[in-house]
Amino acid sequence: MNLSNGKGSISTVTSTATMKSGEGSDQFPAGLRVLVVDDDPTCLMILEKMLRTCLYEVTKCNRAETALSLLRENKNGFDIVISDVHMPDMDGFKLLEHIGLEMDLPVIMMSADDGKSVVMKGVTHGACDYLIKPVRIEALKNIWQHVVRKKKNEWKDTEQSGSADEGDRHPKASDDGDYSSSANEGNWRNSRKRRDDEEDGDDRDDSSTLKKPRVVWSVELHQQFVAAVDQLGIDKAVPKKILELMNVPGLTRENVASHLQKYRLYLRRLSGVSQHNNLNNSFLSPQEASFGTISPMNGLDLQTLAAAGQLPAQSLATLQAAGLGRSTVKPGLSMPLMDQRNLFSFENPRLRFGEGQQQLLSSNKPSNLLHGVPTNMEPKQLANLHQSTQSLGNLNMRVTGSSTQGNPLLMQMAQSQPRGQMLSEITSPRVPRLPNILAQPALSNGISDGLLGRNGIASSSRAPSFNPVSQSSSYLNFPMNQSTEMSVSNFPLGSTPGISSMTNKGSFQPDVNSGIRASAGFPNYDIFNDLHQQKSRDWGMASQGPMYDSSSHANPLHGNIDVSPSVLVQQGYSSSQQPGHNRDPSLIGKSPFSLGEGLDHSNLQNGGQHFNPLIAESSTRVKSERVPDASSQTNLFPDHYGQEDLMSALLKQVEGIVQGENEFDFDGYSLDNIPV
Amino acid sequence: MEQNQSRIQLVAMKQSFFDQGLLDEQFIQLEELQDDVNPNFVEEIVILYYGDSLRLISSIEQALKERNLLDFNKLDTLMHQFTGSSSSIGAKKVKAECNLFREYCRAGNIEGCMKSFQQCKKEYASLRKKLEAYFQLARQVGSSEAACRSK
Repeated sequence: MNLSNGKGSISTVTSTATMKSGEGSDQFPAGLRVLVVDDDPTCLMILEKMLRTCLYEVTKCNRAETALSLLRENKNGFDIVISDVHMPDMDGFKLLEHIGLEMDLPVIMMSADDGKSVVMKGVTHGACDYLIKPVRIEALKNIWQHVVRKKKNEWKDTEQSGSADEGDRHPKASDDGDYSSSANEGNWRNSRKRRDDEEDGDDRDDSSTLKKPRVVWSVELHQQFVAAVDQLGIDKAVPKKILELMNVPGLTRENVASHLQKYRLYLRRLSGVSQHNNLNNSFLSPQEASFGTISPMNGLDLQTLAAAGQLPAQSLATLQAAGLGRSTVKPGLSMPLMDQRNLFSFENPRLRFGEGQQQLLSSNKPSNLLHGVPTNMEPKQLANLHQSTQSLGNLNMRVTGSSTQGNPLLMQMAQSQPRGQMLSEITSPRVPRLPNILAQPALSNGISDGLLGRNGIASSSRAPSFNPVSQSSSYLNFPMNQSTEMSVSNFPLGSTPGISSMTNKGSFQPDVNSGIRASAGFPNYDIFNDLHQQKSRDWGMASQGPMYDSSSHANPLHGNIDVSPSVLVQQGYSSSQQPGHNRDPSLIGKSPFSLGEGLDHSNLQNGGQHFNPLIAESSTRVKSERVPDASSQTNLFPDHYGQEDLMSALLKQVEGIVQGENEFDFDGYSLDNIPV
Repeated sequence: MEQNQSRIQLVAMKQSFFDQGLLDEQFIQLEELQDDVNPNFVEEIVILYYGDSLRLISSIEQALKERNLLDFNKLDTLMHQFTGSSSSIGAKKVKAECNLFREYCRAGNIEGCMKSFQQCKKEYASLRKKLEAYFQLARQVGSSEAACRSK
């Protein structure tokens, strides 16, 4: 017995046994690797003893942070997590979200509190079970069912999608006998739904069921996705092939499909005006036109987005978030910010990036997506970057919320960045996918890092003006899990690991590493900050997003930016909306993402280019501007801090994200799902 | 025999705890967990509980010193923890008093909080005393049994 743990400070984690990579399926469920987290030492000891009696391998933790780092270090080291709800260092639900986003393990919550609302909270946050203390050993004996069920659902999804890796992830294949996932209808339904509506932004899946098997579109995963898409070519990138190329066990075609959809939307947005992307120029154009009117919100994107296609509010949010400040977009973030609600009008159709993300976003605790983002960004508010950022955040959040499923990126952002002031607002589970779109491209690549990823990271620190925004920007930064993730998610930009990834496109200065360059770009929010500050609003450059070292990319938005440009454009648009500034093509170029000073305006430019027509013009301009700026803090943003800034920030983010995506060349990438 | 008497006494003592509502079924769960690997599991847990409780009680006491400016949320949180650990070992009466305290907290009833907290402390002290006696006897029985076995 680990009395020592109990008596002394149970600060360390005790591991009962070496973690085996897989359970011995023969003796299953014996050997199930359980991680128990509870600040109460008495309970912890008891649970450990009980679990050992059930023949599980137990590791205990008395702090959530410790648990998280343990999980991160050992990605496959545990099968299931049991956590208390009330803990001093971190809320149990928060931990639940993190785990869901990052590791996607089944999590059981427990508490002495058996109030309905708390239990409901557990359910909505994705806990696969909720135990009331005192916990009896009988309750623990059956926890293995959650592990099996989860695997089975994933397996089923895979199977249905026709991908090859079905079941191979689950060593415990033995149990797939008749585990009717009835209990886990959520997952099931999710997968089915996903299958059915692959193309349509289905943010609903995340919200419809409890947390279905979430596919967390982590930065790495998204990068893989983007790489696969690039390899296949945008037009030829079909989910099945992408899935094969990615070769990620447990990923289903549906997951890829929904993620792809979102991604396309994102790209479309980014390339809206930019010349880079032919992608959606067409798409964006019409939308952008509409944006012109939308002034509030940072705009640009949101409106365009909104116009474009009913971007789900969420997506819009995401975009915004992305543009603004890539703060972590929390799925829940309904894009309150944006006044430009129009932007979000398109509720998630498009942004559904990756279902998985969606899940994260929407279903998951919309934790941070838009934390900072003020739900309603009144036009005036937008004037302040903060505001815009917020909205962005919200957007993102929202997007993430709805798209949670698909947007792991966003989710991640959200997660990582509690920034969410905005997020809080957007907590709606169904965050419009919009932000996701933005987030997605960015996020996955790590752009999220830059743009969104930064969310948590630097953005907060940076965005002085944005503070609120930064919060939200966090989600913009796509949910790359926590800033740390940023590095991971680094968009393929290839530039600096971590956040700098965004820089690939050169647009972002990858300061992101630490958090989007605190100086220029706010890691997440910085975009917004930059936006404000930069005011150069290069929407085109908008992609600047979190400080990505644009230096690395001379070609800022080029590949990735495509996405961002649209986003940026959007943003730029919104910025443009702003009196005076908005239509300034330069703004576009400025890419709202002044995100971080580091943001490469160039990025923005690229990204911004996509943006609406305005951006288009400016994009050209932007381009020129951008390039030289790559590393300079291109203050694309004119001083409009207001909306424009946000927009630019957003755009930057988008761009950044886009760029981060590792240059996905959208040329020829047709966004099919983009509901315009 | 002494040994038998002690054992009988031990069983009776335990039974009285249940009868008086001091302990509930959870305690039995703990006992069932006790095995050769952890022969003194229950006692160890209870000792852990003492430590935890003392800390929480003093925190609550400290918080209650604010008199009329009570931070009910904080009190509720602290008491929630105390409730949790009390229920984990099956301390039924203590748990009941804790819940009462939490209700007063939620109602913002200062006086009620003060009073019920005193009750909590009293119940806790009483339980602790009884359990200490119980385990002491149990150790005696155990050691004498071991001594017998070794003979």
